[in-house]
Amino acid sequence: MNGTTMTTTTTRDRHGRPLVAVTGIGIVTSLGWGVEANWAALTAGRSGIRRITRFPTDHLKTTIAGLVHLPDEAPGGECIPSPVRVERMAVAVIAEALQNARIGDTGRFPGPLFVGMPPVEMEWPQRFALARGANDGAPGYRGLVAAVEGRQDIYETVLFGGVAEHLAARFGTRGAPISLTTACATGASAIQLGVEAIQRGEAEAAIALGADGSVQPEALIRFSLLSALSMRNEEPEKAARPFDRTRDGFVMAEGAAALVLESLESARARGAPVLGLVLGCGERADSFHRTRSNPDGKAIIGAIRNALADAGLAPGDIDYVNAHGTGTPENDKMEHLGMRAVFGDRPPPISSNKSMIGHTLSAAGAVEAAFSLLTIRDQLLPPTINHREPDPAIPLDVVPNEARRARVRHVLSNSFGFGGQNVCLVLGEPPG
Amino acid sequence: MTARREVWITGIGLVTSLGEGAEAHWAALAAPGGAKPVLDETSFAPFAVHPLPALDLDRQIPKKGDQRQMEPWQRLGTYAAGLAIDDARARALVADMHLVVAAGGGERDVAVDEAVIAELAGAPPEVAGPRLNEILAANLRPTLFLAQLSNLLAGNISIVHGVTGSSRTFMGEEQAAADAVRIAHLRLAEGRGEIALVGGAYVAQRWDMLLLYAAGGALWRGPWAPISARAARGGGFVGGGMAAFLVLETAEHARARGARGLARLAGVATDVAHRREGGGAAAVARALWDRLAPRSGGGRLGVISGASGAEPALGEERAFLAGLGAEGALVRTPGSLLGHGVEASFPAHLALGALALARGGFYPPLDPGLDTPAPGDAVDRVLVTGFGQWRGEALALLEPAA
Repeated sequence: MNGTTMTTTTTRDRHGRPLVAVTGIGIVTSLGWGVEANWAALTAGRSGIRRITRFPTDHLKTTIAGLVHLPDEAPGGECIPSPVRVERMAVAVIAEALQNARIGDTGRFPGPLFVGMPPVEMEWPQRFALARGANDGAPGYRGLVAAVEGRQDIYETVLFGGVAEHLAARFGTRGAPISLTTACATGASAIQLGVEAIQRGEAEAAIALGADGSVQPEALIRFSLLSALSMRNEEPEKAARPFDRTRDGFVMAEGAAALVLESLESARARGAPVLGLVLGCGERADSFHRTRSNPDGKAIIGAIRNALADAGLAPGDIDYVNAHGTGTPENDKMEHLGMRAVFGDRPPPISSNKSMIGHTLSAAGAVEAAFSLLTIRDQLLPPTINHREPDPAIPLDVVPNEARRARVRHVLSNSFGFGGQNVCLVLGEPPG
Repeated sequence: MTARREVWITGIGLVTSLGEGAEAHWAALAAPGGAKPVLDETSFAPFAVHPLPALDLDRQIPKKGDQRQMEPWQRLGTYAAGLAIDDARARALVADMHLVVAAGGGERDVAVDEAVIAELAGAPPEVAGPRLNEILAANLRPTLFLAQLSNLLAGNISIVHGVTGSSRTFMGEEQAAADAVRIAHLRLAEGRGEIALVGGAYVAQRWDMLLLYAAGGALWRGPWAPISARAARGGGFVGGGMAAFLVLETAEHARARGARGLARLAGVATDVAHRREGGGAAAVARALWDRLAPRSGGGRLGVISGASGAEPALGEERAFLAGLGAEGALVRTPGSLLGHGVEASFPAHLALGALALARGGFYPPLDPGLDTPAPGDAVDRVLVTGFGQWRGEALALLEPAA
């Protein structure tokens, strides 16, 4: 497929597998609800990062985030637990993706569901409420356990399989839904699992979701303790500075994206709109450190090369890279190393959506894959904003500050996670 | 890539309250008269738990620095993963070994949690919010975040054992474990790699886990009783500390390196009964069996039941197994002795099934009130069931490795 000789009749790839199309997407981020609102803001170079108003930020080193406010959420109102946020955003983006794809009857989707989401647990407001209801005035865990018995509502919220089961029941997906986490690569892993299910003929279509709604005090403190977050609290919109010399960490953010994946053959047969193809997926795990890549970059390079090989493409076929680009000193340096190793002296343009939407964590791989498809649709590269002082150690074309027209046939989307879980996707324009 | 290749289990890493390693489990469970459960009925009363045995962590996690970066759940899983790699004699193959872990949540710092609750549960919100931030920022250890993260069990397996082919972590209690095995099996069968490591771990001696499962009414209260005696009193599971990892490998790859196959994994099928729509788990399981049975060579069927004791799953599984029993299947319920290990149970039960086929024997009744009253004579194939305490049904079929 080097040189893109795909004809309009081809519905299988060079490995003999069904080609996998994307026929619908849905997006919510701090930039807004819906695909078009997000894409307009992203290509205009707007930031969704704001001061946190959802809870008190006293004693926190970082007080900014990319927040998604639920439609009926009152400022200073009751704290909504993360799994509930995840589920509500997921419902919105899946519904949008299904509407765009015009697939299935209401509540009956003809394929499996893959849910990329963070691990969830009981949160402080729930613990406090249980403790107040316990017989003992200041109970330990023993008292909490006694107080929680019979609380099916809490159970279904904090079970790891709860959100996915609710979504599966609502949208009528087939089989057991799979929930997964590969840290910051989660959304990309969900897409990979969906692509594999279609390639092996398990289904003609699948829903891949990435969603995260983790901006609450404890999660923020935990990331702060790892020294991962930007502390540029005075200038929220300028805090996320991927590839800039002055970058000082990522900005936590919420969001979700869903992709309807479908065999190209099925999409054609029903005359569905095809946004693009998922041509290849590559992964490689790192064994070096819990939060850092091996300085040799082997796992990152391996994941990129595996994705290219899976797609049957050469490095020169990639027109643009949607960066992992978190804005931590470490990530951006390693991503540059990977780019150089794979693309040599002439790497393609690379930009980071996270400069505007922050790091949507478990959602990032799916959100950024969706933006990559829009990049192909409109032949328009979204910028890396807040790029004022290029890092001399990272000589890359990062599409600084303003979106740019370009011929885009193939996009590489990178996701590199804590715990060494790296996933890269290659997305391509619709054939014919 | 659609051609299906034969997949074997070539390594088992198993830790339960009965001990560690395949040998110890065969010796304990296959002995006539069966094993006695190992229990702690007081530390977490009114809930009994099956405690973990003492592990010599240095044997599988040689660097103390690595051990310090983990809490007990990650250590347990990393330890069992190492046992599986050793059992498969696959240390040299880890660079391209694929990894799928079924993970629960890691340990919370119970002391910090209890101190926060004692101080703030009754405080007005305008006081509690800022003070919560202050306490957490001062008292949470930076390493605890990573030691708690679900995907860091897989991360630690990569770091400690060098498993780097790929790394995926599934979440979703029992269902996650069954789908982890199913996906690992399918990927090898269709040519996406030659060798994979799959499994999960569960530490039952944890208040934070009891808090989760108590909310759903899933736990058995009071002194231990066999599963057969629980149904009449509403059912419930007794947490069982355990970890189980399996090395899956294409038969071709195993033969080429002279590795022994313990069993052939003929197939794994999963689904979820949508009880709200009036569907039953028993009907789902029968449909799954209809999908798997054609892949079977036939012969005497042994069943390793995944019964946890929780209702209504227990009753639904009994209805499904009654049909198989009528066809002469030998049903065994190890969860009655080992407890329920949530994400670890399905791979542990697969390990016990593979072990029986490799040894050319089977187990005596493990819960006489449930199990087929027949001695543990050899079976020709083993069906492993998994019924989630809330959702999810799974079956896996094992046959002798030719």
